[in-house]
Amino acid sequence: MALTYQAIATTTVGSGGAANIEFTSIPGTYTDLYILYSLRSNNASVFDNIIFTVNNSTSTYNERLLYGDGSSAASAIPGGGRTSNIQFLYTNGANATSNTFANGSIYIPNYAGSTYKSISFDSVTENNATSAIAALNAGIWSTTSAITSIKLTGNNSTNFVQHSTATLYGIKNTV
Amino acid sequence: MTATYDCIATTTLGSAQSNVTFSSISGSFTDLVLVVFIASNSINDDMFLQYNSDTGSNYSNTTLRGNGTTASSTRTSNATGARFSDQSSPTTSSSNIAIINIMNYANTTTYKTNISRSNNASTGIDAMVTLWRNTAAITSVKVFPASGNMASGSTFTLYGIKAE
Repeated sequence: MALTYQAIATTTVGSGGAANIEFTSIPGTYTDLYILYSLRSNNASVFDNIIFTVNNSTSTYNERLLYGDGSSAASAIPGGGRTSNIQFLYTNGANATSNTFANGSIYIPNYAGSTYKSISFDSVTENNATSAIAALNAGIWSTTSAITSIKLTGNNSTNFVQHSTATLYGIKNTV
Repeated sequence: MTATYDCIATTTLGSAQSNVTFSSISGSFTDLVLVVFIASNSINDDMFLQYNSDTGSNYSNTTLRGNGTTASSTRTSNATGARFSDQSSPTTSSSNIAIINIMNYANTTTYKTNISRSNNASTGIDAMVTLWRNTAAITSVKVFPASGNMASGSTFTLYGIKAE
């Protein structure tokens, strides 16, 4: 029986932290990619952004965001249409409740095809306070190349802290 | 090792088409996941599912949506389909993608719900919940836009998940 859903790689950040989590040499043998993460940064904030890039590219991204913080919901085009990366996946920062990590998922259908790459992001922060964030994000990388690497980078040159994890899964549509 | 996540069927359109139907779905899984990739600019309207060829007003839809400017929520009762995407006016440079989870689809006791996420980076983000007021096991799923055709190159894949 075909293995439809397979872990390609997983990363757990060790002591000292890590500026980024990167999956490289992603084979084109799957249909879709799926990343699940549990992350916290050392940025001096309650919530922080994660910078998402593929193939080390710094152009042709676009995103739209829908989010709620526990009291209101809003939608935005982050960064006024910034195209250098996708930035509005959320993580917990150093000022969030101790030992809490943000969770998120990233789904990339048809990542090895020749169409532009549409990407779905869901993320939630955790915090023992009145405000926490649930965010849904529509992203695109308007390039026809296959995605062969994915990088999650801490915002403002901060680090992901120890025990942060991210796993890349490949999904095959082999019947 | 038991395979808990299987591909049941997949379709890539070789030409523009008004709908895609997965039929004879086995009841041997616990949940279904449908992944839809609509190629660029092929439709300009909402997308729906119908189960078991039911075209009656037996569906309810709740939508949470952001278009890049405002967040909104809507509710439709007695609809004729389970809406999973509200991507009006997509541009030529972006595709619609949707991931739809259909829970406990094979039981014959409860009405059927699904949760979906759909995106188009040029038009917005949708999170939707739908109800099909029918206790029958789901054996077929039809995917279709409210109007127009889905372009060549669009892909539709149905996965089954087993809770064992």
